Amino acid sequence: MKADTLVRRVWKPLLFLACLLPIAWLAAGVLGWAPADLGANPVEKVQDTLGIWALRFLMLTLAVTPLRELLRAPRLLAFRRMLGLYAFACILLHFVWYLFVDQAFDWRQLLVDIGKRPYVTVGFTALVLLVPLAWTSTNRAMRRMGRRWQKLHRLVYPAAVLGCVHFWWQVKADIREPLLYAAIAAVLLGWRLNRAWQRRQASASSAAPAGARSERNAGEDQHSTGRGAPARLLAEQPPAP
Amino acid sequence: MRRVPPIRPSEITPEAVYFGRRRFLAGLAAAGVAATAPALGQQVLSATLVQRLDYRRNARFSTTEKMNSFAEITGYNNFYEFGTGKEDPAENAHTLRPRPWSVVVDGECERPGRLDLDDLLKPHPLEERVYRLRCVEAWSMVIPWIGFPLGDLVKRFGPTSRAKFLHFTTLHDPKQMPGQRYDVLDWPYVEGLRMDEAMHPLAILGVGLYGRVLPNQNGAPLRLVVPWKYGFKSIKSIVRIRFTERMPRTSWALSAPSEYGFYANVNPAVDHPRWSQKSERRIGSDSLFTRRPTQPFNGYAAQVADLYRGMDLARNF
Repeated sequence: MKADTLVRRVWKPLLFLACLLPIAWLAAGVLGWAPADLGANPVEKVQDTLGIWALRFLMLTLAVTPLRELLRAPRLLAFRRMLGLYAFACILLHFVWYLFVDQAFDWRQLLVDIGKRPYVTVGFTALVLLVPLAWTSTNRAMRRMGRRWQKLHRLVYPAAVLGCVHFWWQVKADIREPLLYAAIAAVLLGWRLNRAWQRRQASASSAAPAGARSERNAGEDQHSTGRGAPARLLAEQPPAP
Repeated sequence: MRRVPPIRPSEITPEAVYFGRRRFLAGLAAAGVAATAPALGQQVLSATLVQRLDYRRNARFSTTEKMNSFAEITGYNNFYEFGTGKEDPAENAHTLRPRPWSVVVDGECERPGRLDLDDLLKPHPLEERVYRLRCVEAWSMVIPWIGFPLGDLVKRFGPTSRAKFLHFTTLHDPKQMPGQRYDVLDWPYVEGLRMDEAMHPLAILGVGLYGRVLPNQNGAPLRLVVPWKYGFKSIKSIVRIRFTERMPRTSWALSAPSEYGFYANVNPAVDHPRWSQKSERRIGSDSLFTRRPTQPFNGYAAQVADLYRGMDLARNF
């Protein structure tokens, strides 16, 4: 089997099933399957588990680009959309669970919480930021939007930061776990900042052709949907469908 | 520096008190023997928790609401000394050694001293009180505590006129309490009550639940139970009770002064800055979609509201 076929036929379905496990476990627990024990407070357990997996999927999504450069494994890109959509699904379920189960359909309380409680405000903002990204995650949207797609999808960075803040602000005293996620996010985003800065340096010092400058920032998520991007950024292929 | 007088047990415990009738029944039943306490229902207890207590039920001070199961009460705890997860205490509290145990009683009182736990408890007949417990995190339980009025203990030590508050301290020993290896809170845990709160008949010192000696994760061997306040006021595994003139600086109030006050009375009208306190989730008995309205003073307003007459409870939260 060709490598691309292997990714599409084997690795992606396997990853899909693996990512489904935490959600399936929660669903089994809610439906009363005994081995999936949700403990004394199942509402809180589901809420927290969805939240933490949302953050994990978000971090995994952000790890794809650094990893494929560091490991020189361009095919990793093929998994990024799935991870991102899993992150979105977890956040959406996290929100839906909060509204319909934890708050017991209390819309008014939800509006109060979004306005009044900073950790809810930042969490909800992160969800809102990710909606257009999920919406435009299709190949068609990617093609149609061209380079604007990349710009739009940089919204994942503030969303990740807000996700970490959301986690940090809702713990009572033990900040160790939020700190860990914040550190991971800092590394992943710091890597991008550093690279962007290095590219800026490189393009400023080497008499870059006019036009390369405007391509520079799009570099990170660049693939061949754009036009005329510098070849050095393009040793990769577009994500498989 | 405050002087702690040398310990002379003869001075501490009056003879009549010392030979009090009530005491722990230390007999250990064999593993698997069915529990007989009426409150126990169909709960199955593990062999490590079969130390039975001699007590009478106090119906007057007990709610008739459906009690939480033994598994819920002992498996879902906030006891950061054993970890910050709800299931951590049940998993980690086996390292606590609740016997031998002694308690220092000192400060503004006439008969301070260090007492062995059994001597401390001897004069006090035990009673069962089924109380609601409302956690500041907006969940609640109904728990059949075994204990005795804190006020009875206070009287024994003769608080002076300068004793305005009671200051409680939890054991500080990271070997027994692994959660204390991390500075999640400023250890040891400290709580406090105003003297009139401490003397209120609803405030008890707990030594057991469901007819048995307190499991470690519930604050063995001695804890406070103040049902009209958020759960964190009910300090666990107490090693020191001190009479003070000044209001104690309590752990959560120190950790986050804008979120937790000294009084911490259950109050649906005063939200936690980060979440509403208007309603709560009753562990176990309700459906997933049910929240109950939170009652002022956790439903004990008729008994305790007078303690706070004239106080602005939004400021003194």
